[in-house]
Amino acid sequence: MSDLAIQAKDLTRTFGNFTAVDHISFDVKAGEVFGFLGANGAGKTTAIRMLIGLLQPSAGTARVAGFDVSRETEEVKRNIGYMSQRFSLYEDLTPRENIRLYGGIYGLTRAEIRERTSQMLERLGFSSVADTAVRSLPLGWRQKLAFSVALVHRPRIVFLDEPTSGVDPITRRQFWELIYDAASNGTTVLVTTHYMDEAEYCDRISIMVAGRIAAMGTPAALKEEFTVESIDELFVRLARPVEAGKAGTLP
Amino acid sequence: MTALQGLLRKEFFHIRRDRRTAAVLIALPVVQVLLFGYAIRTDVDDVRLAVVDPAPDSATIELRNRFAAGGVFRTVAVVPRTEDLDRLFESGTAQQAIVFYPGFAEDFGSGVPARLLILTDATEPNTGSLLQSYAQSVVDGYARSLRAAPASPALQRPVSIVAQSRLRFNPTRESKNLFVPGLMAFVLTIISSLMTAISLTREKETGTMEALLVSPLRPWEIIVGKVTPYLAIGFISVAAVLVEALLVFHVPLRGSVPLLLLEGALYILVSLSLGILISARTSSQRIAMMFALLGTMLPNILLSGFIFPLESMPAALRALSYVVPGRWFVAIARGIMLKGIGLEYVWRETLFLAAMATVLLVASIRSFNERLE
Repeated sequence: MSDLAIQAKDLTRTFGNFTAVDHISFDVKAGEVFGFLGANGAGKTTAIRMLIGLLQPSAGTARVAGFDVSRETEEVKRNIGYMSQRFSLYEDLTPRENIRLYGGIYGLTRAEIRERTSQMLERLGFSSVADTAVRSLPLGWRQKLAFSVALVHRPRIVFLDEPTSGVDPITRRQFWELIYDAASNGTTVLVTTHYMDEAEYCDRISIMVAGRIAAMGTPAALKEEFTVESIDELFVRLARPVEAGKAGTLP
Repeated sequence: MTALQGLLRKEFFHIRRDRRTAAVLIALPVVQVLLFGYAIRTDVDDVRLAVVDPAPDSATIELRNRFAAGGVFRTVAVVPRTEDLDRLFESGTAQQAIVFYPGFAEDFGSGVPARLLILTDATEPNTGSLLQSYAQSVVDGYARSLRAAPASPALQRPVSIVAQSRLRFNPTRESKNLFVPGLMAFVLTIISSLMTAISLTREKETGTMEALLVSPLRPWEIIVGKVTPYLAIGFISVAAVLVEALLVFHVPLRGSVPLLLLEGALYILVSLSLGILISARTSSQRIAMMFALLGTMLPNILLSGFIFPLESMPAALRALSYVVPGRWFVAIARGIMLKGIGLEYVWRETLFLAAMATVLLVASIRSFNERLE
């Protein structure tokens, strides 16, 4: 068993003539917090969907938790957690019921579910709202709960697709504390984000531009390599030529 | 706790929390039976009768008196010509008319069958057919009494009165019993197709479907987890409709109940598959609802023979009705309930339904898998 949580090699996905993800290769080490950056439409979500077994790659291979994503989908699914851009909890159920549901789906025993539910509610400070419909909780709380629910089966790798979009700065801060918490327990985290300050929190980042990985490394190393002040600046510089090119082809 | 149990429990929670939908699902069929049952008035009383008597004689007077005496009929108009009836019928002044041919009494004497015509407004088909037979029985009663106690020697010969009857406005009458099987199909369609399509697309809309797809649940487990609760509700509703129909409206249930339930299950399977298919092809609840309404409910109401008899449809529509699952189920349910027939008579319809179930189930599972790629 290698200590690589994710290995992607020439991973490609085409939709008709459009190549959404174009031969991307990268490795994520176990326990790492890996930032997956890119403009809207750069192919981040498509890449993630291939890694979590929702989409077959058109070409290339990827191994997640040591399993091939196109042939060992079941095993991959068992070992990962996923929190999508869209809210993945049932809003008419309470936090407790949501935890129980997903615990059951991932095959936890009743005792495990009971134990983890109380742990989770306590850590989140949710004990008072455990039996309130999720719908009536503030967005930030819901996001934190969704993250915890994605971890209910203690997956080795968790995929977070823009988990903090639309959340206030304080909640974002708290959210990242949860991410670090998970990472310190040995969970590998792959996170996509729009917020460049969040990129600085990651151990390593990759920046996707038009389906390819344009840059990859630690935030510090990247800033040095491209002689920029911030990841923000780097992102704009990498993304701009493409944006300009796209604008040029418009009629 | 297995994953499937968890899913099922969750789905029941959804249904329980969404009280309005739950109430609709359970109350709708019961209310519908009441509406259908009472809309079709079955009691014959205070019938507004018009009489066309161009040449009154002893016999026509006697028969008219018999109609008036029963307490059921009330003579609202006596007119000389048949043409006058149109106005009376159209305005609703008259519900039924007795038309005597001239020389009614002489015909008895000469041994020729005396002729009269009974016209009935059949806008409400069941009332219409009841009125028809009631009037007929009055005429028959009169003929019998003439035969039993002839008033004059001239009438020693066998007396016969030939009553021709004609239903106006709606010549194909449906019996009140026919609506229950149709209603069962309707209820099952709503619950199975519509609710399945909506509940599946709701998960797509909210993003929870993705969470389920990423989990180790297999596609069939997701589908079973989603549709089983609606299947259960479907069965409860059908049972409620049946009990209500039997107790409140005394609709007969002559055939085998297990067979009826089995055929119901087959029909539910067809409807569920349609619901899954719709949800796989649409991405929002609203579109799914439109598809379910237009694609399953309308055809099942219009082309199943539930309300409009298939026999009186143009050939093209009749041909189209072959692909409407409700058509087969309504035929089966009517056969079992009203005629008490068994599988040996409904095997053809059952085969059609089974074929549809197979094709749709395969198609729906395939299109559900397609989304996973």
